[in-house]
Amino acid sequence: MFAYLVRRVIGAVLLLFIVTAVTFAIFFLVPRLGGATADDLAGRYVGKSAGQEQIHNTAVRLGFTDPLYVQYGRFVKGLVVGQEYNYGTGTEHCPAPCFGYSFLTQQPVWPDLVSRIPVTASLAGGAAFIWLITGVGTGIISALRRGSVLDRSLMSVALAGVSLPIFFTGLLSLSIFSYSLGWTQQGGVNPLDETNPLWWAYDLILPWVTLAFLYAAAYARLTRAGMLETMNEDFVRTARAKGLTERTVVLRHGLRSALTPILTIFGLDLGLLMGGAILTETTFSLPGIGQYAVIALRANDLPKVLGVTLVAAFFIVLANLVVDLLYAVVDPRVRIS
Amino acid sequence: MRWNRITTVTAVSAAVALSLVACGGPKASSGGSGGGSSAATPEFDAANNKIFNPSDKKGGTLRMAITEKWDSTDPGDTYYGLSWNLVRNYVRPLMTFKSAPGKEGAKVVPDLAEAPGVPTDDAKTWTYKIRKGVKFEDGTEVKAKDVMYGVARSLDKTTLPNGPTYFNDFLVDVPKDYSVAKDPQMKQLSKAITTPDDYTIVFHLNKTFAGFDYFAQLPSTAPVPQAKDTGTKYQLHPIATGPYKFESNDANKGFTLIRNDQYDASTDPDTGRKALPDKINVAYNVNGADIDNRLIAGDLDVDIAGTGVQAETQAKVLADPKLKAHTDSVLSTRLNFTVFNSEVKPFDNVDCRKAVLYAADHEGYQRAYGGPFGGDIATNLMPPSVAGAEKFDDYGFEADKNGNPTKAKEALTACGMPNGFSTNIAYRSDRPKEKAVAESLQQSLAKVGIKLTPKGFPTGDYTKLYAGKPDYAKANGLGMIVYSWGADWPDGFGFLSQIVDSRVIRAAGGNTNLGIRIPEVDTLIDKALATTDDAERNKIWVDVDKKVMEQAGVLPGIWAKGLLYRPDTLANVFSNDGQNMYDYASIGLAQK
Repeated sequence: MFAYLVRRVIGAVLLLFIVTAVTFAIFFLVPRLGGATADDLAGRYVGKSAGQEQIHNTAVRLGFTDPLYVQYGRFVKGLVVGQEYNYGTGTEHCPAPCFGYSFLTQQPVWPDLVSRIPVTASLAGGAAFIWLITGVGTGIISALRRGSVLDRSLMSVALAGVSLPIFFTGLLSLSIFSYSLGWTQQGGVNPLDETNPLWWAYDLILPWVTLAFLYAAAYARLTRAGMLETMNEDFVRTARAKGLTERTVVLRHGLRSALTPILTIFGLDLGLLMGGAILTETTFSLPGIGQYAVIALRANDLPKVLGVTLVAAFFIVLANLVVDLLYAVVDPRVRIS
Repeated sequence: MRWNRITTVTAVSAAVALSLVACGGPKASSGGSGGGSSAATPEFDAANNKIFNPSDKKGGTLRMAITEKWDSTDPGDTYYGLSWNLVRNYVRPLMTFKSAPGKEGAKVVPDLAEAPGVPTDDAKTWTYKIRKGVKFEDGTEVKAKDVMYGVARSLDKTTLPNGPTYFNDFLVDVPKDYSVAKDPQMKQLSKAITTPDDYTIVFHLNKTFAGFDYFAQLPSTAPVPQAKDTGTKYQLHPIATGPYKFESNDANKGFTLIRNDQYDASTDPDTGRKALPDKINVAYNVNGADIDNRLIAGDLDVDIAGTGVQAETQAKVLADPKLKAHTDSVLSTRLNFTVFNSEVKPFDNVDCRKAVLYAADHEGYQRAYGGPFGGDIATNLMPPSVAGAEKFDDYGFEADKNGNPTKAKEALTACGMPNGFSTNIAYRSDRPKEKAVAESLQQSLAKVGIKLTPKGFPTGDYTKLYAGKPDYAKANGLGMIVYSWGADWPDGFGFLSQIVDSRVIRAAGGNTNLGIRIPEVDTLIDKALATTDDAERNKIWVDVDKKVMEQAGVLPGIWAKGLLYRPDTLANVFSNDGQNMYDYASIGLAQK
């Protein structure tokens, strides 16, 4: 087990470095291949009335005039041991993991990311709880009542949930529940500013439900399909023949087996969301990783883009690892050697 | 019975969700204005150049939001109108626009300075006496060397790239790559700025410039204590001299201003700033639709961008008389226009340019920006809100709102292309209104045989890499370029100099003059700079405007307006010709 863990962690670290190299190449190498010079790149990060000299000075300051491998090496070095940064009237040490400084705000990226992770975690965690309970529950009910009016109704709602994009359901729910009825918090607040957990939940309930609606629908359909398949397996018939109660047959034998693919998807979904629920955070103006990614991409702020990509990749890799370990718990047929 | 557990789990989940909602209800505003109803009856345009719900009552928290962060909160590193409006709350430049409604608000009045600048040496030397007793937030008295340092640090465009370059361009012998960090004694500026005593600062210019008081109102003339300058980090806590200081500041999320107890209103007799709220909260990156909804619901007080509500909100607001009564249609000092690139044939020929002016559908141009609430049809360059501006209509835009094909064909014949010609029109692809302009012009010009091919470019690189980079624009045949320009300040120099002077066109790109190269215009600009009499100078700027139109340098589109939403939570709210949005130095909150 320990050796397996070590192998996976080493693999995960290597994967993250590959992600940094690919991302770095996309944003720094590809423009060069397209003919962009160091000054062209720097031109995006100067003021409205910058002259050629100022643009070139900025290119030098941002390191664009160095060979690409030097720039990448500097980035990796910053991640591992930190780097020195000249803020104009002095220098400061940016401790590891240093993701560099924003080209536009000239502030360090890592503290920004750290301050936003709890917001994204609050959103993703709460929504995941809701969609797991409602999605899996709905899927079980639909599977056991296959063909009934209830099944068809639930699956129709699920289809709507899968089909409607967040920016539509989000804005619609904000309009109805926040601005017309006044039941929920409006957008643009930071739930982490709250000291009372109930207010924190109140700030997030609408984003949670909106996000969960999308995912719950998919999980309901997935659970239903899995349960229908599992409930026809021989071992379920055997369980019934042994005289077990229907509840035990459904929950301990049927659901447990059907949960394996759901767990895989759940891990990936949660990992992806931890890297930023871009549409939800943008719609509800939540200051999380997803909103940060949008700001970074809009402004071509490459250190921020690299930072977000790496954090997102980290959470996905982590979620995959956790899911693999949980397989053994959920499905006794799987054992890690 | 077998469903009991599933039912229980579902029921508990539902109960948790519902209880969270129920325990919430409409939560008390975190802002603190309390959303008190205003005593005045809301009316359309009630705060447009006049004060709505006048008040001197202090207190409350002003809640402001914006869809994205502007360049910087550092007074030496900012070039946004909204920022220059807001910055007056936490720092005091030498001069500032008076906080008063209407035309009065376009007057530049002394702030940190005791009086307007005294010009000598044919307006090449400007002397300001600064007030005694003005203090930084730490209680230290402001001295002339602090003002000099504030200007000096803003000259370092590698560290602080965003602000205007007027001081770099006009002060005597400023090294091109000047950095105050490398010259802490400011010896390299000894010919440019001098401080004969603690309360006198003298600026030495490399050419005559009669409008220097406008430079003195730039936020970079606000004093900065050298020992407290933290370079790029200074934006997080600029040292206050105004009525507010920074309590907290996150460069990505927003900031909070609280009262500066070292601010003494008795040292501030001329500016009219009232500083009514006890606290000001500013949030960045709030969804645009959300900002509008919150304004309407009274959960937000000001959209700090000051450009008006979103297009979809505008339709909703104008359709509802009660909502419309909370709006002001404020004319800005912004012109939305299309420039002819004189380096792309056939626009090197004035008659070909005139053909476009005659053939264009001006009402279509206006429709692209939302109709009359988006702005008035522009007949020349300078908007009426610019000091000394004169409206004229040499091409009959108002009489022929949908174009004059007959005159257009005459112009085409004169330019030697009676059957028309083909060219490209550039626009910013993520600005639907500019795309609509390109399409409207494509339709109207096609009627006289001028074939336009619209080409969209990303906003971020529009002037730096594409339309504003002369070699790219020429090589790619960008004959017409859709653009928009707001004045740095509401006078002829502030509006015209950066868009019509051919000498500001840089090969490196990033240009705001996208192709106007008329020698007579450059000569007139030099004449205006050297003219000290205000009335005479304003007349020369009108002559510049007339010359550009006579040479058909641009196709004016609209003088832009913004439909600002004014919630009941506001008091003492007004727009003026200095800010062209609500004035943030005097805005207050309606008290319960």
